[in-house]
Amino acid sequence: MSGQPRMVTSAERLRRLLALVPYVSARRVVGLAETAQTFGMTERELIDDLNLAWCVELRAPEPYCPIDLSYEDGEISISQAESIARPLRLAADEASALLVALRMLAEAGGDGDAVARLIAKIEDAAGAAGAASAQVAVQIEHPNARGMAAALDAALAAGKRVHLRYYNPGRDEETERDVDPMRLLVVEGRTYLEGWCRRAEGVRLFRLDRVLSADVLDVPAEVPDKAEPKDVDAGLFTASPSDVLVELDLGPGARWLAEYYLCDSVTELPDGWLRVALRTPDTTWVRRRALQHGEDVRVIAPAGLADEVRAAAAAALALYE
Amino acid sequence: MSKRRTERLLSIVVLLLSSRRYLTAEQIRAAVSGYPEEQEAFKRMFERDKEELRDLGIPLETGRSTPFDDDLGYRISRQDYELPEIHLEPDEAAVLGIASRVWQSAELAGAAAGAALKLRAASREADGDGAASPPPGIQPRLTTQEPAFGPLWEAVRDRRPVTFGHRKSGRSEVTKRILEPWGVVNRRGRWYVAGHDRARDAPRVFRLSRITGPVKPAGPPGSVKVPDGVDVREMVRDWDKPQAREYTATLRVRADAGNALHRWGRAAPDATHPGWDRLTIDYSDPEWYAGYLAGFGQDVVVLDPPELREAVIRQLKGALA
Repeated sequence: MSGQPRMVTSAERLRRLLALVPYVSARRVVGLAETAQTFGMTERELIDDLNLAWCVELRAPEPYCPIDLSYEDGEISISQAESIARPLRLAADEASALLVALRMLAEAGGDGDAVARLIAKIEDAAGAAGAASAQVAVQIEHPNARGMAAALDAALAAGKRVHLRYYNPGRDEETERDVDPMRLLVVEGRTYLEGWCRRAEGVRLFRLDRVLSADVLDVPAEVPDKAEPKDVDAGLFTASPSDVLVELDLGPGARWLAEYYLCDSVTELPDGWLRVALRTPDTTWVRRRALQHGEDVRVIAPAGLADEVRAAAAAALALYE
Repeated sequence: MSKRRTERLLSIVVLLLSSRRYLTAEQIRAAVSGYPEEQEAFKRMFERDKEELRDLGIPLETGRSTPFDDDLGYRISRQDYELPEIHLEPDEAAVLGIASRVWQSAELAGAAAGAALKLRAASREADGDGAASPPPGIQPRLTTQEPAFGPLWEAVRDRRPVTFGHRKSGRSEVTKRILEPWGVVNRRGRWYVAGHDRARDAPRVFRLSRITGPVKPAGPPGSVKVPDGVDVREMVRDWDKPQAREYTATLRVRADAGNALHRWGRAAPDATHPGWDRLTIDYSDPEWYAGYLAGFGQDVVVLDPPELREAVIRQLKGALA
């Protein structure tokens, strides 16, 4: 988050200054608060940086101060920035990180035209520094989710409510619901619609590859003020106090579950086994996974769930007798 | 202390950018404040400063202004230093904001944000215009939790071979690999590295989550050549390609359950078992499919083929143990 105090190395600070001086120079006059926000720093830190630039003095051949600036009444202006009035070229990591992100945005079905124009401009400006980005690619789940994303993006832009038919494989359940769209997200390679679900009366995430159909309704979306978008940067699924703590031992054939589900802890055991701990509001899917993987999944806790798995296996086996 | 260092580095950048001639270490020392009197201490500090400037991507050149100069000098060519002129339209500036928040790992998030700041600093667009066009509705996020990602990104960028331990899916033993990395690809939210496996003398794809232990360089930078016509996305897509559904199963499924099976299969009421459907469905991987069907517990009975029926029974007995 911006504005939080943290240690900045001299290199990071120099990098910031070499962007800050051109940023202000290019704009003649710019607001202190707005600049601090753009650069993710406090106004105090910004003023420290401006003072530092202003203090630069070259002593030879003749002493002079190459940078002249002023800040007052919440506004900054730079009257002289000499040789650093233009920003430094993009470094290889900077150009590549940004180009990979932009191509991912294009693949996700984001605003195609502006994304394509920006990619071309940055490729042009970066030159050789952007070369490595050609070796890094991001592909997004399910081709059919892309058409769905475009349809939902349009509903979002038009501020319309949508009617979804949605499949939940963990519960093997199909539901229908009206949703007021809030935003589209791509997290861990999958596209999600975040919206106010009128059936659950809460903010919900819907995986687009599990949306069986989406109809845009001719009804304006009404997202209540209390609807808070999820902080997906802290993880897509955040645990709630009422969740059940589940502990599982996973054999080699079931190790992938540790990557597929968000775990609180993952510990290596002998012979390629793993012990994982995770929290979930609903253990139906755990029972399903345990049956699916047979002896490669052992339920350690809760004890009741281990009994449930055994009972379900016995009931299923009885049908084969 | 760090502040003085930043000030010194900034002074060197300004000095060398404004000079057409190569300046010697002594001339730099005379112009810039903050270097110690003692000669050895000065040399060490100056070396560190040069390294830091180069790490930031500042094109520090060495040379002599005339063949008669005794000492090597330094300069920064303005043309190599400056980001070319770039102009961002308001919708492009909005896209830039979204793209600079895609990466969730600190290093690449910093690199992308740094690039975005340089571009905004270089662009003379009126910032207020950004508000006029709504930001794209799609917000992609890219995470890199696998510890192998950082070293592999660098190896791909620097065209450098690497060595690492790898655990095959479903196996417990770890084998050592030497790879000439051609690229890293994120597919369906998972990271893969594609390249030339030296021991196998063939192209290979590895999932990053299956790499155990450190990834170490196994050769000098620049020594990996990506063959013409290689498409790393294609390589990963082929490796991860869904198999053809060449088998057909006959199942008995409870009419009010097995939603996914009902959707993909062909079902008719089972005359001999009221409340059940008889359903045929195609599948590709017998071993995986047996597990998948076992996951439905007592809602599904496999009738045919016998191998699949036996595999499901084995799976359920495994869950009973």
